[in-house]
Amino acid sequence: MEPVKTSGPGSPITEADLHAYVDQQLTPVRHAEVEQYLATRPDESQRVQDWQRQTELLRGLLDSVLDEPLPLRLPLRPPPSSWPWRALAAGLAIAVLSAGATWFARGVYEERIAGAARPAAGTELTGFAHRAAVAHVVYTPDGRRPVEVGADQEQQLVTWLSRRLGTPVKAPTLGAIGYSLIGGRLLPGDKGPVAQFMYHDGSGQRLTLYVTREAPQVGGQAQTAFQFGRDGPVNVFYWVDRNFGYAISSNAERPELMRVAQEVYRQLAPPDAPR
Amino acid sequence: MRAPHEAEIVACIPSLRRYARGLTTDRERADDLVQDTLERAWGKFSMWQKRGAVRAWMFGIMHNLFVDRLRAQRSTPEDSAGDALPDAPQRATQSDRLEIVDLDKALQRLPAEQREVLLLVAVEELTYREVATALGVPIGTVMSRLSRARERLRAELEGSAVPARMQRVK
Repeated sequence: MEPVKTSGPGSPITEADLHAYVDQQLTPVRHAEVEQYLATRPDESQRVQDWQRQTELLRGLLDSVLDEPLPLRLPLRPPPSSWPWRALAAGLAIAVLSAGATWFARGVYEERIAGAARPAAGTELTGFAHRAAVAHVVYTPDGRRPVEVGADQEQQLVTWLSRRLGTPVKAPTLGAIGYSLIGGRLLPGDKGPVAQFMYHDGSGQRLTLYVTREAPQVGGQAQTAFQFGRDGPVNVFYWVDRNFGYAISSNAERPELMRVAQEVYRQLAPPDAPR
Repeated sequence: MRAPHEAEIVACIPSLRRYARGLTTDRERADDLVQDTLERAWGKFSMWQKRGAVRAWMFGIMHNLFVDRLRAQRSTPEDSAGDALPDAPQRATQSDRLEIVDLDKALQRLPAEQREVLLLVAVEELTYREVATALGVPIGTVMSRLSRARERLRAELEGSAVPARMQRVK
């Protein structure tokens, strides 16, 4: 069942051809034929232009939805029953893809978070996400000593950071998605210590994971959607889960960061989280 | 490890939300539709055998849910899909807002089956064949719905285009 649009070269131009012309679904040959036809038919040409304008307007109307963060309630993975090894909270998933750091999935959170997480206005990133971006910029270019403790001493690194942060932390294993651990360091946060883990991919591109306990509580719900923000060339994906703030910084593009963020979230989310 | 299709499904979500928002102006309802679509998709996920592009498959699921909902709505008094809700959620930071508002209303006044086809073709950029598969109709039906949707929208926007443009000037 071939579509109407594929009327062969030379055959009369149909209305379906005109639509397919607007929708870029014609072969180059047929496209040229329609173009020729339109050149001699101002009325049809006007109609086609109106349709094209409609398409533009419709996209203008709806495209902003693409950049909204996803509502927390959307399930982002199969329910645990069918994926038994992934005992993640299924119904409630953490969300993705915010264009700016200023838009939160739930309007009601917005003000509370604004108060808690953004003491200062200014750059797009604020609070721990901003500190994470700065730490990324400061330490990733360091060729000789990007980390305090290297991956060869991972156990010591983790033990040390856990002790200093006063809670167990671990470095997610990102080998499966193409990143290996370089090491980590302890940094001053807003009021206390924070941990920074550094990874690199096969091309040497570096990525940092910033873990802090200084994340804001949001109306009793210690969790937010994934947020995306940028500071100069640094893209940052960050979120709050169980009073921990996580920020992943890299020069990579957003889809790549999202991929990493999902993996990190998957590994760090407590398996018994009551949702 | 995350299965490839799982990532593909997640990658569809922004488009699904955009499409749902075109189908229904109300943000909550639109996300309900997305949520149900995802739940159903995850439920069927293990049975899914590469029956086509993931995106078209997901839009197909959403179509079925959307149609179910329209049927359910028909039995309630609030039947007029065309009336925008009084506090319609904010949209794009578009400079030509008036034109956008008109367009939104005109879009919502289209019969649902025309609205679906128009959005899937013009905004989601599915091929006619993919649309036919997603909606479970012959390709000829897709073409005629598309044609009617575009002509109707054209007629509606023509009526309002002039005043809208004049107001925008000031």
